[in-house]
Amino acid sequence: MKDFRYIDGAAILKLDRESCTGCGMCVTVCPHRIFALQDKKAEIRDPDGCMECGACAKNCPVQAIYVNPDDGCGCAALIIGRWLSRITGKTPTGCSC
Amino acid sequence: MATSLSRRDRLGTIGARSGFLRNNYKLIPGLYCVGSPGSESPVFVTANYKLSFDALRQELSGIEAWILVVDTRGINIWCAAGKGTFSTAEVAYQVKNAQLDKIVTHREVILPQLGAVGVAALDLKKSCGFRGIFGPVLARDIPKFLQNGKIADEAMRTVTFRLSERAVLVPVEICLLWKPLLIAVMTIFVLSGLGPEIYSFEDAWQRGLAAASTSVLAVIAGAIVTPLLLPWIPGRQFWLKGIQTGLIAGLVAYALFSSEVGRLAGFGLFLWAISTASYLAMNFTGSTPFTSLSGVGHEMRRGLPLQVGAAGLALLCWVAGPFF
Ligand code: SF4
Ligand code: SF4
Repeated sequence: MKDFRYIDGAAILKLDRESCTGCGMCVTVCPHRIFALQDKKAEIRDPDGCMECGACAKNCPVQAIYVNPDDGCGCAALIIGRWLSRITGKTPTGCSC
Repeated sequence: MATSLSRRDRLGTIGARSGFLRNNYKLIPGLYCVGSPGSESPVFVTANYKLSFDALRQELSGIEAWILVVDTRGINIWCAAGKGTFSTAEVAYQVKNAQLDKIVTHREVILPQLGAVGVAALDLKKSCGFRGIFGPVLARDIPKFLQNGKIADEAMRTVTFRLSERAVLVPVEICLLWKPLLIAVMTIFVLSGLGPEIYSFEDAWQRGLAAASTSVLAVIAGAIVTPLLLPWIPGRQFWLKGIQTGLIAGLVAYALFSSEVGRLAGFGLFLWAISTASYLAMNFTGSTPFTSLSGVGHEMRRGLPLQVGAAGLALLCWVAGPFF
């Protein structure tokens, strides 16, 4: 997203160009236009713009993409819940969104 | 089915957004139609979340189409896809359940692009015989998408976060907040009575009001001003943005109340406003469509200790204030 940039170098997004078949699904689904096709292979154009939504990985037919698998909306309340649950060993209670 | 929204729909929208009705604002899953669609008409898939459905139905006015509503327990596509309720299996189930293969001759459903988080379009064909193609991010672009021969351009595929999109999230934030906030304010009222005469109910009321007003200022700064002015507040980390708006709220609170409660307690109010606004701003990361979970974790490891520390110090100043 051009008008909104978040913390650089934080998002976890990996692409295995070897196994990529160039189908273009990741290019289509990414809401931040992170991918582009180059020589019939996907390429990460803007790694810092990734919001880790996981749409690309979900739709890649050959599992060539790895995104931080923690899901959830990423509000502070949810993350605190998760940190607490790691300490107490209870299952985290979700946020209400 | 009517494609224009009635007043009641809009009211329901406000109710659904503001959180009170959010958990039970559902539609019955199944096949709906706009206009009088036939066997060639396109099929759009959406969540049984009233706002998603209404947006779609409004944008489709003048178009003959089928709408397949899938069960996402009444939450929107984006959250539902993230939580796994808007999934390949669920879409396939509804396709079969509605016997879509008997209703239309083509074998294609149009999915909302943001649903890609939960639905793998290529797997859909395997499980129900219907190919999934992704429509634009916003329902508003659907007519253009159809005119273009079901091709979305870059702009239609990009998620946006305009002022109006941020503004609708503000009431949601506030409604999710009011419970913890009420508890905090009650606690402050009780603590405010502590003083040299052991306990004074008059003090509890007077000083409690000052603290409650400061809390309101902090909420305005962190949960209203920060989201609205988001792109213009310097910095990328939300807790830092919140410190800036909180600083202003804190200064206002100090100016208003320090003569009444004393300098030390006034400083407590100042700190309380900053830490609360910073936390609330940080919590807004959960509502934006561009913050990665890794990034949020990164900023929370920095912001949270400072917020907790400042809030603790604020409490100390507040309780100690009357003794000096
Ligand atoms: S995780 Fe989401 S934002 Fe990141 S590259 Fe994949 S589709 Fe784009
Ligand atoms: S979805 Fe996977 S296989 Fe297709 S282009 Fe992207 S990385 Fe390559």
